[in-house]
Amino acid sequence: MSQQADNQDRPWLDPDAEPFIKVQGVTKKFGPFTAVDNVDLQIYRGELFCLLGGSGCGKTTLLRMLAGFETPTSGTIYIDGAEMSQVPPYERPVNMMFQSYALFPHMTVEQNVAYGLKRDGVAKADIAMRVSEMLKMVELTPFSKRKPHQLSGGQRQRVALARALVKQPKVLLLDEPLGALDKRLREQTQFELMNIQDQLGITFVVVTHDQEEAMTLSTRIAVMDEGRFVQIGTPTEIYESPDTRFVADFIGSANMFEGRIVENGADHVVVRVSDPRIEFFIDHGMSIKEGTKVWIAVRPEKIKISKNAPTESGANQIQGTVLGVGYLGNLSTYRVQAGSAKVVDVTHPNQSRPKGDRHAVDWDDQVYLSWDPSSAVVLTK
Amino acid sequence: MNDNATAAVDRSERSSMRSLTAVLMQRIQSGWKTLVVGIPNVWLLVFFLAPFFIVLKISLAESIIASPPFSPLVEWSEEGALILQVIFDNFIFLWEDDLYFNTYVNSIKIAIISTVLCLIVGYPIAYGIVRSSSTTKNILLLMIILPFWTSFLLRVYAWMGLLADQGTINSFLIWIGLIEKPIRMLYTEFAVYVGIVYSYVPFMILPLYANMEKLDMSLHEAAADLGARPMTTFLTVTLPMTAPGILAGSLLVFIPAAGEFVIPDLLGGGNVLMIGRVLYNEFNSNHDWPVAAAVAIVLLLILVIPMMLYQHIQSKQAES
Repeated sequence: MSQQADNQDRPWLDPDAEPFIKVQGVTKKFGPFTAVDNVDLQIYRGELFCLLGGSGCGKTTLLRMLAGFETPTSGTIYIDGAEMSQVPPYERPVNMMFQSYALFPHMTVEQNVAYGLKRDGVAKADIAMRVSEMLKMVELTPFSKRKPHQLSGGQRQRVALARALVKQPKVLLLDEPLGALDKRLREQTQFELMNIQDQLGITFVVVTHDQEEAMTLSTRIAVMDEGRFVQIGTPTEIYESPDTRFVADFIGSANMFEGRIVENGADHVVVRVSDPRIEFFIDHGMSIKEGTKVWIAVRPEKIKISKNAPTESGANQIQGTVLGVGYLGNLSTYRVQAGSAKVVDVTHPNQSRPKGDRHAVDWDDQVYLSWDPSSAVVLTK
Repeated sequence: MNDNATAAVDRSERSSMRSLTAVLMQRIQSGWKTLVVGIPNVWLLVFFLAPFFIVLKISLAESIIASPPFSPLVEWSEEGALILQVIFDNFIFLWEDDLYFNTYVNSIKIAIISTVLCLIVGYPIAYGIVRSSSTTKNILLLMIILPFWTSFLLRVYAWMGLLADQGTINSFLIWIGLIEKPIRMLYTEFAVYVGIVYSYVPFMILPLYANMEKLDMSLHEAAADLGARPMTTFLTVTLPMTAPGILAGSLLVFIPAAGEFVIPDLLGGGNVLMIGRVLYNEFNSNHDWPVAAAVAIVLLLILVIPMMLYQHIQSKQAES
């Protein structure tokens, strides 16, 4: 029962669920350059799915293939059960919010939003009603008679959103939806987007290069690199259990240590790292042979920093010297020299106010770094 | 005490000196500004407005046999009084003689049809150039401009050779057996249209190109995404957004086409009445400068109307 309820929120875990968007072996080549390289993807109804990656990783090309602006060199795309290769953009049940917004500069806000409905031959009275409802939802009613160039960036972005949503598409494609907004507006809009998605139940596919945006928005993230998916999973999975060094490094930051497996038990693994000299004790078994070269990733916020030696000695701790302190208000970041060449980044929440100018840990302090056996992630790639 | 006073005077003098130089500097600067803005104004005054008034003055005179062949506008009488002689006869003559009225109508008709033809030919060419890759784009633009490197007159003569009864086109058509007798093309209205469209189509293409170059292609994608078929996208997005280019190009073709002399003279022969030819005849054959000047003034007024309309639309667009 509870398992069933769980899977309603996470259809990707249900083996019987029918994906809403199905991408099968899709490749896109531009001349000799392969933008998207034989990818498979299933996106389920009502998901807020993020394609995340650096520039040139193929995420936008994949989105444009879903919209119909690019034709796959090979492979097939299904949307709601229908094969899309012969369907032109103007007949697809998807709408797109463009990175540049692509608002029609010669039309007012109202006319921009009504454009898609007019093309569908919706009755005039219905158009007026739906447009005004939509403008109300994005809080642009007072600006309905303005032209796009008379609006601020945030307002334009909301017009673009309203224009794409008013047709009630089955899928909404968003290309860097928050890219052009300042930080404050971004955060606000992020939550607005999530609310709208919740209200309307439309499947969202978002392209972004901003990992923070992807983390807060999405139900699932696909991390892309060089035209392939590196990892697909929930924000928690991607952050806490990255599959590769690329993902660990791309999402958040991670301290990376290179070492070898020296002990492989049923319920634990020990990895020895040479610089700095540490033994990592990991509290779960792994199917890796002893002696294999591995990388250990530890997130900066998972490391405890203290001037007092931990009570237990042994694994999962090192000593070092503080090279630098970055005081960010809510937290501080420390750069700790812990080996001959290794600098470890640590972030620590400032839970108590410093007395005067003295911080608990300061420049040149000798400190002990330690972490839980469950905090480190072993990576083989 | 005294010292202090002297110091105060000194200080005030120095500060007034400083303010004086500041004012002087400002004067010089604003002088430069006036000069920079003034030069084009003087240019327009000397080379456009002054000739216009001279022509206007001639149009209000009477044709006499003298040199120059028109009566003076202002004259000292023998009693020493100043006589201003304004004669509107020339304009009344233009209005009363059907020849001139018909010629104006015909000129404007030919100019309008030529403009539309230039638009039909030029629009797809401009669009094609904008959409092609940057190397092809440069080659295509060069090809549009290339004919200007040959004299305009020479190009019109070339068309005479192409269109004549024994010309290249007719010879070719007879040779391949499509026709037996040559088709009459030279000295018809058709030849005039060919000549005007050929000569003026670059003036349509270039402003259209400049306008389309700024077109954001993602707007086409947005329209398609919202359900517009290619034709609808063209009518609702491309066409309204290129309207300024269409307007600019049309004016650049319409205005010179309406007053064209060489093309109707060489390609139309005596069969095509255009105002440019009439003007030429009045000046050179009839030697009636005042009537010729009146013809020119009326033509100018006819052409100023679309110009002002254009200005009006432009300023309205700038406002919104």
